[in-house]
Amino acid sequence: MRFRTIMMIAAASSALATPALAHRMWLLPSTTTLAGTSEYVTVDAAVSNDLFYPDHQPMDPAQVSVWAPDGTEAKIENPSKGKYRGTFDVAINKPGTWKIGMQRSSIGGTFKVGAEQWRVGGRGRPAGAPGAPGGAPGGAPGAGARPAGAPMGGPGGPGGPGGQPMRMVATVADIPADATDIKLSETLSTYAVYVSADAPTKLATTGKGLEFDPITHPDALVSDEEASFRFLIDGKPAAGVKVTLIPGGKKYREAEDAQELITGADGVLKIKWPVAGMYWMSASAEDAKPIDKRAATRRMTFTSTLEVVAP
Amino acid sequence: MTRNLLLPALPLLAGAVVASPALAASVTITIPQIKVAEYHKPYVAGWIEPVAGGAPRTIFVWYDVKKAGREPGTKWLADLRSWWRKGGNTMKMPADGLSGATRAPGSYTVPIPANLPAGQYVLKVEAARETGGRELVSVPFSVPAKGGSASGKTELGTITIR
Repeated sequence: MRFRTIMMIAAASSALATPALAHRMWLLPSTTTLAGTSEYVTVDAAVSNDLFYPDHQPMDPAQVSVWAPDGTEAKIENPSKGKYRGTFDVAINKPGTWKIGMQRSSIGGTFKVGAEQWRVGGRGRPAGAPGAPGGAPGGAPGAGARPAGAPMGGPGGPGGPGGQPMRMVATVADIPADATDIKLSETLSTYAVYVSADAPTKLATTGKGLEFDPITHPDALVSDEEASFRFLIDGKPAAGVKVTLIPGGKKYREAEDAQELITGADGVLKIKWPVAGMYWMSASAEDAKPIDKRAATRRMTFTSTLEVVAP
Repeated sequence: MTRNLLLPALPLLAGAVVASPALAASVTITIPQIKVAEYHKPYVAGWIEPVAGGAPRTIFVWYDVKKAGREPGTKWLADLRSWWRKGGNTMKMPADGLSGATRAPGSYTVPIPANLPAGQYVLKVEAARETGGRELVSVPFSVPAKGGSASGKTELGTITIR
């Protein structure tokens, strides 16, 4: 379950590690509980404001990994990317709890060259490349002398009227030697849904980053039973983790009905479910213990889709 | 003499008092007739939960035992969603002495294990029907035998322990 490092080049990953505010990435499995080992789950994957209503961007199923209960990697089948929604199938052919999702790490931030602010990695929208229309304010470092790897005249750089998009380099390695005020942050993001064939099994943890270590198994949630979830950071119970819990189907009620919860000293939070159904849960924490020492801080998120059945 | 006096008034209790623990208790499950265009016999499971906590114990499960192939009858056992969590998901089917074919509407009597330790229990019966509903009925009872009865509203009729 290694982390896969990707370059946060704009456009390439706008859907994944850095969803725009309010836009939520989600996976929606057709079920989380199966009898026997000859079944499939089919999963929807998208980015949208409302859960689980695909009306914005599809997620590319190629980003998704599958881990069988024994930790071996398995495959998705029948991937497809539609206008608003990606879909794929997974053969759940071994008993126990499967993990389907993504794990990513990236590093990004800002630095200055002279008086000008630069950015490392894209944040949703292509930033102006050196030499883009509008150019840099006078006196900025020579545009022609920018490090290799910067997206020269890249696809975007719309540089709209009045907009002076921040210049960017693609990776930390591209930060020029004369840079000052380097502020970098590591981002570790995990999205996982859990599907069990026959009896659920304990979720594996790696002791790295923010992890979900539930006391109540995520595939045994019932609307009239309180659930206990524990979160770990680097393998230890993590206090103060912020957790947002949102039931799907906002369009069929008046409000989003989100719950904002925080783990206690033992890393545990207790959840009461207002209704049965599918929930989107996202936990986040920040600390100053990045794995990549070039970064000063570490942001971690763990997101999941949970199925809560009626009693 | 006391017994004579009590019997007519409290047949159930009196019967239980007279019965030695060796006389096995049983549960009678009623599957109601449901008038719908597309009727399938329900999957039904029954299990016993100790009130004080402890492992649930399945006493019967009725499902489509014969259906095999790409979609075997076991596929829909998880639709008995409470039973599935309370032990179904660890059982191998068919289960000797516990599993059987689905039943048509009517009343069926199943023995309650004679070796239950004395204490308070709840018998749960859950039914799930293809293209139909799902219902869970709970019947509290105790050992030494003191029976009870409860009734479902949709997918199950009267459930009586005696």
